[in-house]
Amino acid sequence: MGIDSLIGGTIWDEYSDKVTDLMNNPKNMGEITEEEAKEMEARLIVADFGAESCGDAVRLYWAVEPETDVILKSKFKSFGCGTAIASSDTMAELCLGKSVDEAVKITNIDVELAMRDNPDTPAVPPQKMHCSVMAYDVIKKAAAQYKGVDMESFEEEVIVCECARVTLSTLQEVIRLNDLTTVEQIADYTKAGAFCKSCIRPGGHEEKDIYLVDLLEEYEKEKLAGKASLGNDAAPTSDFAAMTIVQRIKAVDKIVDDNIRQMLIMDGGDMEILDIKENGENFDIYIRYLGACSGCASSSTGTLFAIENVLKEKLSDKIRVLPI
Amino acid sequence: MNVYLDNNATTIVDPHIYEAMEPYFVQKYGNPNSLHAFASDTHPGIKSAMEKIYAGINANREDSVVITSCATESNNWVLKSIYFEYILTGKKNHIMISEVEHPSIIATAKWIESMGCKVTYLPISHEGIVDAQAVKDNMTDKTALVSVMWANNETGAIFPVEEIGAICKENGVLFHTDAVQAIGKLPVNVQLFNVDYLTFSAHKFHGPKGVGALYMKKGKELIPLLHGGSQMGGYRSGTLNVAGIVGMGKAMEVAVDALDFEMTEIREMRDDFEDELLKIEDTFVVTPRSKRTPNTILISFRGIEGESMLWDLNRAGIGASTGSACASEDLEANSVMEAIGAAEDLAHTAIRFSLSRYTTEEELKYTLKVVQAAVVRLRGISSSYAYAPEGHESGLGSHH
Repeated sequence: MGIDSLIGGTIWDEYSDKVTDLMNNPKNMGEITEEEAKEMEARLIVADFGAESCGDAVRLYWAVEPETDVILKSKFKSFGCGTAIASSDTMAELCLGKSVDEAVKITNIDVELAMRDNPDTPAVPPQKMHCSVMAYDVIKKAAAQYKGVDMESFEEEVIVCECARVTLSTLQEVIRLNDLTTVEQIADYTKAGAFCKSCIRPGGHEEKDIYLVDLLEEYEKEKLAGKASLGNDAAPTSDFAAMTIVQRIKAVDKIVDDNIRQMLIMDGGDMEILDIKENGENFDIYIRYLGACSGCASSSTGTLFAIENVLKEKLSDKIRVLPI
Repeated sequence: MNVYLDNNATTIVDPHIYEAMEPYFVQKYGNPNSLHAFASDTHPGIKSAMEKIYAGINANREDSVVITSCATESNNWVLKSIYFEYILTGKKNHIMISEVEHPSIIATAKWIESMGCKVTYLPISHEGIVDAQAVKDNMTDKTALVSVMWANNETGAIFPVEEIGAICKENGVLFHTDAVQAIGKLPVNVQLFNVDYLTFSAHKFHGPKGVGALYMKKGKELIPLLHGGSQMGGYRSGTLNVAGIVGMGKAMEVAVDALDFEMTEIREMRDDFEDELLKIEDTFVVTPRSKRTPNTILISFRGIEGESMLWDLNRAGIGASTGSACASEDLEANSVMEAIGAAEDLAHTAIRFSLSRYTTEEELKYTLKVVQAAVVRLRGISSSYAYAPEGHESGLGSHH
């Protein structure tokens, strides 16, 4: 809470100029007909995702060159709000010139990043993040059609929060490590549930297979059964104390890359490691927040705890993280 | 051109009303409850405003019309006081509201429901209207209160308040109606119907924001929500909002005077505008005109999501409204469209135009042109009207 959340504002104020421009004049809006595809000697793929009854729907058209799998032409039509139209447009643009295999790797986060005016400011307000998810889903649908496979085969892991692309395994791990008990804590640590809120509990904007409340309940049950393994018990991957300073910085950097950075970038921020000092029996890691993280309220609470806990678990329980 | 067609959300303050309020900021600023001339200077204005407010809804002098800070406060007051007095004490265990009440009723009902009160959410028909028979069917000897709005904010649908009032009286059950959308649009007379409590708010009829009221019938007074210095006869403590009360009084007087104009001229303008809108292909209106407030149109444009339409209208300087989920902070769908059981693909396409006595024919002509152009542009983008090759199985009509 605080002054910014008290008045609330119009969601349109939070759209980037790019989103506004694309809504006013979508660049890749249009159709590809059978005849056109034939002329290009390409295969026409038409994929639908979403539904008008749910508030957003998109139809993606691809003309794909059969020999190379390259997407020669990419067009969309969309029923939805401004961000749905802008996301669909950006998605269609990102597909252009890529092979189908490359296109499948485009995520909703790529779409959102491409719509930012500057790298530090999100292109859309949190509750509009799900619009970009639809843009991502329709690519998978088109690729599945092209390859004659099931759409689910493109997803290696189970994603619980699609807006922030947080996987089931990450969530289970973070909940256990940090002994989380509320959905607000989960959002602080992982960003899951902070956007369209559909994944928090049943009854939201979209129906889900797994909800955050289920995961909390599961963990509660485990704890009751005495099976919960807390972060303190987890064995560090290697002997942090025995490393040289350069090795330590590299090790910390890798953990940050694998576990933390994505989450910060989603919020328009980042961090850098300044120094690691031995302080008695502790290792003090000095970090600096960059972009939106500097000055963010949770940079000294939830985010900081998340960083510290991951490093403690993976490297050494003697680690302390100190933001400068 | 700027056109304001969101008068069910709030209205422009009538300059005459603004003028009436003006002396109460810098000249007559005393606290009415103090003992000096600064205080007494405010009394004639407050008294005359209260007389106008009473007259506007035909309240008896023995009834209480308590000025609050907004309709939300008035609505909270009714439900929470009923909870404290009847539900918590175990005398009763049940209330009824319609499923399309304003959030200040629905959210409060859900809260007292979480505290153990049974709540019946009365359904609405395909025309968007609550059936009085449902009130009768759900009545028990443990029912404490029925709260049904006089007219709906989204559709403008007028609810059978008179019949529901009669049913409540027969069963000895308290009856509250949220008349926020009725004052200034329909004749409101608390004597004609069996109304125990009635909510209204000045900013919906060209008065200032931050001034609500609750009418309470003599003998049906509620326990206070705000305790303190015993202002408003002890029913609602807090220093009187003198300028606000004066503004509401003047606004009520003008609204009563302008009611004929609202029910003839504005209705006619609305009807003509609606006729033109309905000439656009694939457009739908739910509640029949005769069962609606004279100023409201809720219309669906197939294939155009509500926020997109608002976007194009706004670019052209026009303010309207949508209940579409996408345009709201929390992505909640338009409960009225859902409750009506409108075709699923129309649930996110409804746009509300609400007129006032400040709306002009010229503005509506301009708006019509803008809407026509927006429909062409947005249907051009829409997947609902998009090409598909032969044999393509569209999944867009159904749930994902």
